[in-house]
Amino acid sequence: MAHRTLSRRRLLQSMLSLAASTAVPALHGDIPEQTPLKRKVPGTDIQLPLVGLGSWITFNVGNDPALLKQCTAVMEAFFAMGGCMIDSSPMYGTSQATIGHGLEALDAVKQVYATDKVWTSSHEEGSKQIEASRRDWGVSRFDLLQVHNLVAWEEHLEMLFAMKEAGEIRHVGITTSHGRRHDTLERIMRDHPLDFVQLTYNIVDREAESRLLPLARERGIGVIANRPFQRKRLIRYLEDKPLPPWAADIDAGGWAQFILKFIVSHPDISCAIPATTRADHVRENMAAAAEPLPDATMRRRMVDYVQNL
Amino acid sequence: MDISEWTSYRPGDLLMFSLRVYERLFVLYNQALWPAQLLALVLGAAILFALLRPTSLRVRLVFVALALAWGFVAWVFLWQRYAPINLGIRYAVPLFVLQALLLALCAMKGAPELQRRWCLSRTIGVGLFLHALVLHPLLAVPFGRGLAGAEVFALTPDPLAIATLGVAVMLRSSWWSWALWLVPALWCLASGLTLYLLDARGASVPLLTVALALVARVWPGGRRHD
Repeated sequence: MAHRTLSRRRLLQSMLSLAASTAVPALHGDIPEQTPLKRKVPGTDIQLPLVGLGSWITFNVGNDPALLKQCTAVMEAFFAMGGCMIDSSPMYGTSQATIGHGLEALDAVKQVYATDKVWTSSHEEGSKQIEASRRDWGVSRFDLLQVHNLVAWEEHLEMLFAMKEAGEIRHVGITTSHGRRHDTLERIMRDHPLDFVQLTYNIVDREAESRLLPLARERGIGVIANRPFQRKRLIRYLEDKPLPPWAADIDAGGWAQFILKFIVSHPDISCAIPATTRADHVRENMAAAAEPLPDATMRRRMVDYVQNL
Repeated sequence: MDISEWTSYRPGDLLMFSLRVYERLFVLYNQALWPAQLLALVLGAAILFALLRPTSLRVRLVFVALALAWGFVAWVFLWQRYAPINLGIRYAVPLFVLQALLLALCAMKGAPELQRRWCLSRTIGVGLFLHALVLHPLLAVPFGRGLAGAEVFALTPDPLAIATLGVAVMLRSSWWSWALWLVPALWCLASGLTLYLLDARGASVPLLTVALALVARVWPGGRRHD
């Protein structure tokens, strides 16, 4: 796997900018008791908590009242911990409606940084799909809309930029996952004024470090890290392995925090979006967005340790 | 999304739901339909009787009942309940409707004549139907769902497909037998794959029933022409 190490100078610079970014006013009004670390998204006027909330699989619960209640509890814990960005897609079954249910139940529309995607091969269908998604969420507009997995990206990007221009959405992005089509993504990042890209990045999937993350920094593009736990696979692999004693140096109380702290300590990552069905896991994930974060030396040590397990 | 875009995903990527949600689907469905499960079991018992003591009228009624069950499951279970959490199901619904039409056509214009003497295909056919009616719902208990999450014949797709496979392999007409075999077999393969990807217990059950139904169809001398 490709791995570009961080220089101490760059890391210090990033830490300083991170610290400075916390002085920027919060995205939304309510300030919870525990505030997670935030990072300013390059090229925008916003800062986001380093940990967001994904909805892939976990929020696709249909109309099941018990599971809807459970998802609402997850969202409640997320907002209580200072969470902001929730990410979904029309591809995720009923996840959008579940988020809408939670936002309404918690009266939290103003707290959320609503992040969704357009996922259809048809340009005409794209705008209808976005409107249907917006209704499911129950928001007046999306903060960030992304082209999902580069599907019909040329037509959709044009539409999304027009929507941004018209003030119908705040930011525009594009997503990939599982390391798919990085060459195309790189070309799009060079040629289009994106606000965000979303890609897979975690302690074992670090391909993005070699070209995409430096390019994102150069182009002033925020980066959302998906699949932080490889859909639980990484956690399952690690859970019976010993956490290194030096994990305490970065206040990583478990493997989930160990992995998340690794991801969000990369200065070019805006936030990670773990998904979960459990409120206690949300609290654990959000608590990872706190000092101390690993420095460059510690990050190398973390990678080496996991690789040698 | 058109079908070509689905092909860019791996099977595991298409499963956007968890085992927990899949299992709850059956629990809530059973709650909503209760006591239709009892009626379905009575219907199944009547079909089994007709399979064991076939007359022309009884066999036609069996096919009409199966056709109605395929239509019911397509609309009430697949479209209304399963499709919202599994986007791929929208492509299965037309196949279920096609199967319902084929069964109805077979009842009205085809030759739904069953094997009357015991032979391999009849033995396997009756065995598959019995499994679908009795054993398959009960598997929910050892597999951890409890009876509340049981998959009941005529109300849920797996036992319906297995039962239909059983009836199909008992048909004397080779053409109709294969025609009615295809969709249930495809469903069982898809269901087995789904359960496997969900890491669910019992993933092999629908796959084994397809294998048995295939054996019943192609085993040399397995079909007696009486």
